[in-house]
This record gives sequence, C-alpha cells and structure tokens, in this order.
Amino acid sequence: MKQRESTFINMVAVLLVISLISGALLGFVHQMTSDAIEISTIKLQTDAIAGVLPEFDLVKPSLKVLPDSESDSLEIFPAYKGDKLVGVAVKSYTDRGFSGHISVMVGIDTMGNFTGYEVLEHKETPGLGSKMTEWFRDPEKERQNVIGKNPIKMKFAVSKDGGEIDAITASTVTSRAFLDALKRAHTGFGKFTGKTNPEMVQPEQ
Amino acid sequence: MNYLIIFISAVLVNNIVLMQFLGICPFLGVSKRISTAAGMGAAVTFVMVLATIVTYLVQKLVLQPFDIGYLQTIAFILIIAALVQMVEIILKKVSPSLYQALGIYLPLITTNCTILGVALLAIQKDYNLLEGVVFAFSNSIGFSLALVLFAGIREHLELMEVPSQLKGTPIALITAGILAMAFMGFSGLI
Amino acid sequence: MNQMKNFTKGFLRENPILVLILGTCPTLGVTSSAANGLGMGLATTFVLVMSNLVISLVKSQIPDKVRIPSFVVIIAAFVTVVELVMQAYTPGLFKSLGIFIPLIVVNCIVLGRAEAFASKNNALSSAIDGLGMGLGFTLALVVLGSIREFLGNGSIFNIRIYPEDYTTLLFVLAPGAFVVLGYLIAVTQMINKANK
Repeated sequence: MKQRESTFINMVAVLLVISLISGALLGFVHQMTSDAIEISTIKLQTDAIAGVLPEFDLVKPSLKVLPDSESDSLEIFPAYKGDKLVGVAVKSYTDRGFSGHISVMVGIDTMGNFTGYEVLEHKETPGLGSKMTEWFRDPEKERQNVIGKNPIKMKFAVSKDGGEIDAITASTVTSRAFLDALKRAHTGFGKFTGKTNPEMVQPEQ
Repeated sequence: MNYLIIFISAVLVNNIVLMQFLGICPFLGVSKRISTAAGMGAAVTFVMVLATIVTYLVQKLVLQPFDIGYLQTIAFILIIAALVQMVEIILKKVSPSLYQALGIYLPLITTNCTILGVALLAIQKDYNLLEGVVFAFSNSIGFSLALVLFAGIREHLELMEVPSQLKGTPIALITAGILAMAFMGFSGLI
Repeated sequence: MNQMKNFTKGFLRENPILVLILGTCPTLGVTSSAANGLGMGLATTFVLVMSNLVISLVKSQIPDKVRIPSFVVIIAAFVTVVELVMQAYTPGLFKSLGIFIPLIVVNCIVLGRAEAFASKNNALSSAIDGLGMGLGFTLALVVLGSIREFLGNGSIFNIRIYPEDYTTLLFVLAPGAFVVLGYLIAVTQMINKANK
C-alpha cells in the first residue's frame, strides 16, 4: 500500500478517525468493566468490615458522623446479628504518618472495646512503619496488642509518651499516627452511640 | 503553610526522580554535563506547570461533568503532546534565543513520564488548582535539583577509574542509588 | 527475519531494560516484590503486542507528520483497557502498581518498538516482536523484583526463604532499586560480551 500523503486534510482526518475509534473502544470496555469495578470496590470494603468485627449477618447502610473538633466526617458501618447490634466498623484515618495519610478500618464492639483493625491505605516505610498492619494485633504480645482494649479506660499512647502501648521498634512516628487514627475512630464511635445509644437501638425496617 | 509542606515534600522528601522513580530516562540520558542538565530542568519546569494547569482544568470542566473519567489517560497525553508542540512553535517565533537554549529538549519531554505523572498525581491527591500549580512547580524543581546534582557527580566520575564491567549505565545507576540514600535522610522532615 | 530469532532477541541480546536501557521508571518503581514485577510486566506485554499489531496494520494509512501522535493515541487506548480490566478483576495489584499503570503510555519501550519496528514490518512479525520484547521486559522485572524481595524481605513471591531478622531493608527502598539494577546491567553486559 502507498503511504498516505501528509496533507492537512489527511492529517486531521486520520487523527480524528483514530481518536473516535479509540474513544468508542474505551466506552465499550468501560461499560463492560464498570459493574465489576463497583463490585470489587464494595467487596474490598465488606471484606475489611468482616475482618475487624465478630460474627454478624447484616451491615446497615453506613452513616456519616462528624466528631467535635474535626473537619472531616467518619463513615460508620453498624453491624447486626439478628436484631442485636454487635459492633460498628469505623473507617478512620490520620494525616500524621511518617509519609502522610493512613486509612484504617477499625472494629469496635458495643462496650467500646476494639475488636480488630485493617489498614486500608498507607505509604509508610516498608519493613519499618509498614509493620503496623500486624504489630498492634499480635495476641502473644500484650503490651503492643490493642485488640480488646478501650482507649477511654487506659493511657492510650505509646510508652515513650507515657502511655501503655509499645510502639513499633524504630517507628515511633508511625505508631503515634496509628494510635491517633484509632482514637479518632473511637471518638466517632462515641458520637455515634451518643446519638443512637447502641443498647437501645431497635432495628428499623 | 500547606504550600510550604507541598514544596519541601516534593523537592526533598519525596523527590520525584530519586524516590518516586519518575523521569529516570532523562535523568540518565541528559545528565552528563551540568549545563545540559540545567537546560532540561528549565524546559521541564515550564512544560510541567503549564501541563498541570491545563490537565486540571480539562479534568474538572470536561471529564468529570460528562462522567468520562476513563478517558483521562488518553486525554492527558494528547494535551501534553499538543502543549509541547505549541510551546515549541511559540518559542521559535517569540524568543529565538530561548528556543535555541531549550529547543532540543522539548521533543524529549512528551515521553518524559514526570509530566504525565505529576498531572495525574495532582488529580489523585485532590489538590485545588493553586495547590496543583505549587505541586507541579515543586516537583520540577526537585527534578532539576536531582538532575543537576547528578550531572555534577558524573562530570567527576569521568575522571575516575571504574571497573570495566561497570562502565557506563551500571556505575551511573549505582551512583544514583547512593544519591537516593542521601535523600532518604530527608524523610521525616515534615 | 527468522521469526524464532525475532521472538527471542528480547530476552537477552536486545533485552529492553538490561541492554537497550528503556523503560527504567516502571522497572525501578514497581519491583519491590517479584509479584508486582510480574503483574507490571504482563500488563506492558499486552499493550506492546496490541499496539504493535494495530500500528503495523494501519501504518500505511497514517500520514508521516502525525505518525507519533497517532501512535500515542493508539497506545493510550490499550493502556486504558488494561487499567480498567485490572481495576475490575485484580484490584489489589491495581492498587500496588498505582500510577505506573497509566504511565505505561510514556514507557519508552512501547513507543520505541512502534516507531522502530511496527512501523516498518508486517503484522505477524510486529506482534511477535511485541511479545518477545514484552516477555523480555517481564523477565527482567521478575528477576529484579525477586532479588530485591529476597535481599530486602527474605522471601520470593511471598514465600519466606530465611527469617526476617536477617534482611537488608535497604533493598526494597529506593536506593536498593538503583544499585541492584546497576549490577544486573553489568552482569548482562558481561554475558553478552562472552557470547559474542
């Protein structure tokens, strides 16, 4: 085949045709994948909620709670077994990480004790700060485990700051930030219970 | 205050070349002389700030309202390619001397992943327009800094005796590794 | 050209990363583990094969002066396809590769093969060239990722080889990437010299 001449009309026409075909192709693929993307995003979230709470069979639609002295609201997912509230999962965060933002899903039972956590997003140093994904839920190490603890009933800070939690070795900044995210989650939980009082909550249909 | 944090973070702590691994090709390619490195840095600064503004506006005014976010990659790269071409043409007409200085670097910039990378990151980080501009400017300064520093080291490296197996790219990369190690000292600064 | 030779040249003799020194950004950026390297390599291979194939088919219709922009649009389209598919079916990998997926567009390997090979050869050779180059790229990424993961984390593909206490963290961080790639290129140069 002969090479098409580089006339102005040819150039514009060819570029236009290529862009149109590409656009159409992408529109098609977008349509094909958009459902799957939505499902996988929701699945990531439900998996995280299931990972931090004791057994439940229903998660009520989430609600936004704005703790006092905060500018951003937290998303709270109340989980029920039968008619009874078993706990809430709070999507919390902190901006004080060694490399900035950390986002954590935190599970809290009706008594206000932590039941589990799952780090959703972080940019902490691999091998140091990144250890927080496991460090604070090691059942063997009472001093660093936060599961089953209630930040209101204890000195919830790293030992360097006079608290009762052992920080990750060589990663005090990350540890402080992590506890900050957990405390924020608990504040959100307090606000949530203050509003609806979990003991009294009736499942509304 | 916020802007200062963005600036320090982009220039030192999360240096785009040494920590984020963007723009390695020009980093290795045009860093043999300090003067060429500075020229490349200037050209990148110019295009990066311009590109971030335009892509930001396109994202907020076209892609988001029409819900066609999936065309982001294709739209951004077209904008950058067109922008580079336009800058080249305008520069040629308006300031031939500046064109002489920066001209040879411009075609290389389209495929410089720092430009597209920074434009995408500015959207991802949810910056407003002004923050985006500061972010782009800081990153281009960070890029230029890494390039010029590295060029300075390489000018000296030429006079050194290097084991023959390591000559060329290998020793350049190892040097870059040591430079990256030095930049790691800045982490935790903010 | 012999198709077999065309296919295998990307592995060692003309390996895009280790010999041609193209596409260094994703190479360094995503190889903190072997699995990430593999994912990135395969995504790039798909884009390489498809864009090489399409470009070699339409090359005679594209006027010379708009050649590069046309190629870029075609490449960007396939990159977005990969992006959407990965987001839908491998969300974990999509997250850990992050910004390097859209940046496949400006990976010099892809545009370089389009310009140097696909715009001059027929569809079959171009597709094979893309596949060979892509797999060579993947191979280099996996090797680099394995070395870094082994030294820095004590494991390969998440399988622990030795206890974490003896690892050298530096290798999964930025400086380690540069240094390991530097030595890997040196070794490749020695092998290629010996084979000559």
